[in-house]
Amino acid sequence: MNTPLPRWTRDQMAARVAQDIEDGSVVNLGIGLPTLIANHLPAGREVILQSENGIIGMGPAPAPGHEDYDLTNAGKQPVTLLPGGSYFHHADSFAMMRGGHLDICVLGAFQVSAHGDLANWHTGAEGAIPAVGGAMDLAIGAKRTFVMMEHLTKSGESKLVERCTYPLTGLACVSRVYTDLAVIDVGTGGATVVDMVEGLAFEQLQAVTAIPLGRGPH
Amino acid sequence: MIDKIVESAAAALADVQDGATVMIGGFGTAGLPDELIAALMDQGARDLVVVNNNAGNGDTGLAALLAAGRVRKIICSFPRQVDSHHFDRLYREGRIELELVPQGNLAERIRAAGAGIGAFFTPTGYGTILAEGKETREIGGRMQVLEYAIHADVALIKAERGDRWGNLTYRMTARNFGPIMAMAAKCTIATVHEVVELGALDPEAVVTQGLFVQRVVLVPRTATRGAGFKAA
Repeated sequence: MNTPLPRWTRDQMAARVAQDIEDGSVVNLGIGLPTLIANHLPAGREVILQSENGIIGMGPAPAPGHEDYDLTNAGKQPVTLLPGGSYFHHADSFAMMRGGHLDICVLGAFQVSAHGDLANWHTGAEGAIPAVGGAMDLAIGAKRTFVMMEHLTKSGESKLVERCTYPLTGLACVSRVYTDLAVIDVGTGGATVVDMVEGLAFEQLQAVTAIPLGRGPH
Repeated sequence: MIDKIVESAAAALADVQDGATVMIGGFGTAGLPDELIAALMDQGARDLVVVNNNAGNGDTGLAALLAAGRVRKIICSFPRQVDSHHFDRLYREGRIELELVPQGNLAERIRAAGAGIGAFFTPTGYGTILAEGKETREIGGRMQVLEYAIHADVALIKAERGDRWGNLTYRMTARNFGPIMAMAAKCTIATVHEVVELGALDPEAVVTQGLFVQRVVLVPRTATRGAGFKAA
């Protein structure tokens, strides 16, 4: 027991998500881990990034010294605008989400259930200050909602759960979960493994996962 | 003749009443109308309900207004930031009321007020604690939550250029809540960095039409500043 499992690094996780983002997609990357995906989009694929605070066609961070804080991302960090990009107000931004105009949204999470319920905004802990931001709108709005998260909590508990114990962000909204161990589809059919880190046995993955996993065609 | 240009922020805010609902534009510091918040601080109105995406950064601006005990309630989506210590303290001490609203619901509730819509059904938040106690209905095969419009007495927003009719353009992501707050308030006060002659703003590019704006204040351009970062 306690033999360390082979794991993807955060950048490898981001690259694995990026692999599944098709050419021409319009994508919103959530704050935290998903932000890394922008660095790993395969060359030759044109992907348009939307930011909730009113950008479509968002570009990378500016060169040092060229920050303009009138042009920031959802995490309030300075970014740039790519040719073809534009700005809009908040109601239009969330119309893009809620109206189903985004192809993919990638969010971080505390917990995801086998049926795709998502908990990612609040631990519900006593004294914790709740802050939801755009999480609930993003979770239910995009055509496909992916989650990118560590497979286990710091104390070693499965973040894939039968039922979320943290306050919910959305019901049955997640379609695919990317962890540092595996890629797992979730939904009405339960959880199915799509991909695993090299060197990991299915039984090892199941042993650290709190929901029954089906084997995908990999 | 119509002339909405007011000589100072103080003059523009002179009639804000105690108990007013005040919308304040901005997402973090982008689009935050610093000069108008400072003028509201000096003006002295109390018992305010503030609508903003966040709940103040650092020790100045909205954070200072909160720290001075002038705000009874805040309606926002993301109060917790790395430098929101004044809000955090007031909230933990039970000295400020918080209505936490998903960001898209916040935007749409503001837009609805400006568009004369009383309430609307939205799937956002269904099944979560933020929809508890709210009316729900299945529409188009999807469960949705009834959300009411948010009206304001005053909106304080930051724009880029304006004219004496109150037509406005914005700058990059500083636009954020400005255009919809302008529509939702009885009295919208906008700062601009440049006042231009009628006709000088490209009619194809005017973002907020003058009828949504009551007062325009010219303020000097200052360097844009950051705050409230959340690391990747």
